[in-house]
Amino acid sequence: MSKSAEKSAALMTCEHMSCSYGAAPVIENVDVTIHPGEFVGIVGPSGSGKTTLLRAMLGSVKPIHGSIKRQPGLRLAYVPQLETVDWNFPVTVGEVVGMSRPQRWMRPQAQATEISMIEDVLERLGLGGLTQRHIRELSGGQQQRVFLARALIQKPDMLILDEPTAGVDVRTRHEVLHVLADLNESPPNGDGIAIVLTTHDLNGLAAHLPRLVCFNRTVIADGSPAEVLQPYFLERTYGAPMEVLQHGGMPVVLEQGGDELRNRLNRSSAS
Amino acid sequence: MIAVDLLKPFSYEFFRNGLIIATLAGALCGLIGVFVVLRGMSYIGHGLSHAVFGGAALAAVLNLNYFLGAGFWGLASGLMIGRVSRKRIIGADAAIGVITTASFAMGLALQARFGQAKRSIDAVLFGNVLGVFTSDILAVAGVGVLSVVVIIGLYRKLLFATFDPEVAGVSGVSVPAMEAVLMVLLSATILVTVRVIGVLLISALLVLPAVTARMLTNSFGRMLWLSPVLGAIFGGVGMYISWYADIPSGAVIILAGTLVFITAYSVVGVRRRTQLAGINHH
Repeated sequence: MSKSAEKSAALMTCEHMSCSYGAAPVIENVDVTIHPGEFVGIVGPSGSGKTTLLRAMLGSVKPIHGSIKRQPGLRLAYVPQLETVDWNFPVTVGEVVGMSRPQRWMRPQAQATEISMIEDVLERLGLGGLTQRHIRELSGGQQQRVFLARALIQKPDMLILDEPTAGVDVRTRHEVLHVLADLNESPPNGDGIAIVLTTHDLNGLAAHLPRLVCFNRTVIADGSPAEVLQPYFLERTYGAPMEVLQHGGMPVVLEQGGDELRNRLNRSSAS
Repeated sequence: MIAVDLLKPFSYEFFRNGLIIATLAGALCGLIGVFVVLRGMSYIGHGLSHAVFGGAALAAVLNLNYFLGAGFWGLASGLMIGRVSRKRIIGADAAIGVITTASFAMGLALQARFGQAKRSIDAVLFGNVLGVFTSDILAVAGVGVLSVVVIIGLYRKLLFATFDPEVAGVSGVSVPAMEAVLMVLLSATILVTVRVIGVLLISALLVLPAVTARMLTNSFGRMLWLSPVLGAIFGGVGMYISWYADIPSGAVIILAGTLVFITAYSVVGVRRRTQLAGINHH
């Protein structure tokens, strides 16, 4: 595909984009393009501006320099970090999924067609029969899928997720990754959902994605995991030396200096 | 004879009016209280009713209508609290504390300096449920109908903005507009009820029915009708009991509500804690 054709087909293009909440920019000179059907992971340390980049993509933070262009009529849906959810809020699975749907005048409760739409999405995500359950009564993987269902019922062209596997166990992480891969390959509306997510999990999640963006206030590297998960880029991203091994054709990132640190801690506790 | 005795208070117009206003105010505060409690702003009822006093004092000094001064002031304070707490530099509780106590202090200062405020602090704190006019009942009923229409009409947006403001914002819901709508309804509720039931009872009725309803259901939709029903029951039953107990009606209403809350908390709370322990165990 030529560069101009790629640009015209892009869902979203950030060009030399900088954003700030006050005087100093939080992210600077960011160039990222997202195409239909892409599955992109943004990796970087805490405080690197990953969430700000997502907010800029969503339109809740405006660039102070550069630009962000979205395809006209682009439908975006956002899945927040589970840690930000108030689990004591009195809300059932059905209410969470239904709240993002537009309401008919003076008819707050879901109508028959809407109920079947909600049940279809929940069924597809393996949550059938849980409509009346309170969100706190679900497992971690189920909770993540409820918020995915709320995003999917908006029939998005592009799904944005902030740390979808933060604080979850290995089984839940696999579950979430498989659900996202299914959605990326065969979405309910059949048009191909582009997925952009942030993650800290280099080996468990990022290494499995087709495209990765190493990010620390700006784009350090952008490409496949094999291209991006390189010691040079990782050190520039995380500010610490890292080693990359190959295992079964997949890159595995290790922290360098782990042995030395362990020895120093052992020596200090012994003395 | 017993039946006659039980119906005796209804032969007095002041009691009938007091009962109607306590029931209506209970239902209205119960409805608005759902949002107040779920937004973690339980203190706002107390705070805004104090802020209203500042506006009333200013209106008296400027020789303006009480409702105009108090209403405008209450609304401005509510919007300011929403704006300050949304910026997250300080929490909603601190914003309520600063803005409403400053407003109350200004009311006191104006009253001391000019001595023109037409309503005493006692009247603001405790109201006068037995001195109710038909116009008071109509005002509470009017705000009640308006609140029901607005909440049903904007149900999903209000729920989304209350539960998950960040995602609601990026999904096309104007979160500041929803906050403003709630503040307008809350200010109007306080404005029409403060003269008759007072600050303390407003604060209690904004919180007690909603937290009790929360103990009884896990669904927002059910909480939204259960809370006003409980508020109406607390108001009506408390008012009726106060006649025979010869205790101020506000105190009985609050105590009745507290008793029901404690019962719900004891029964449902134990069951829920057991369920949660089960979930955590698995």
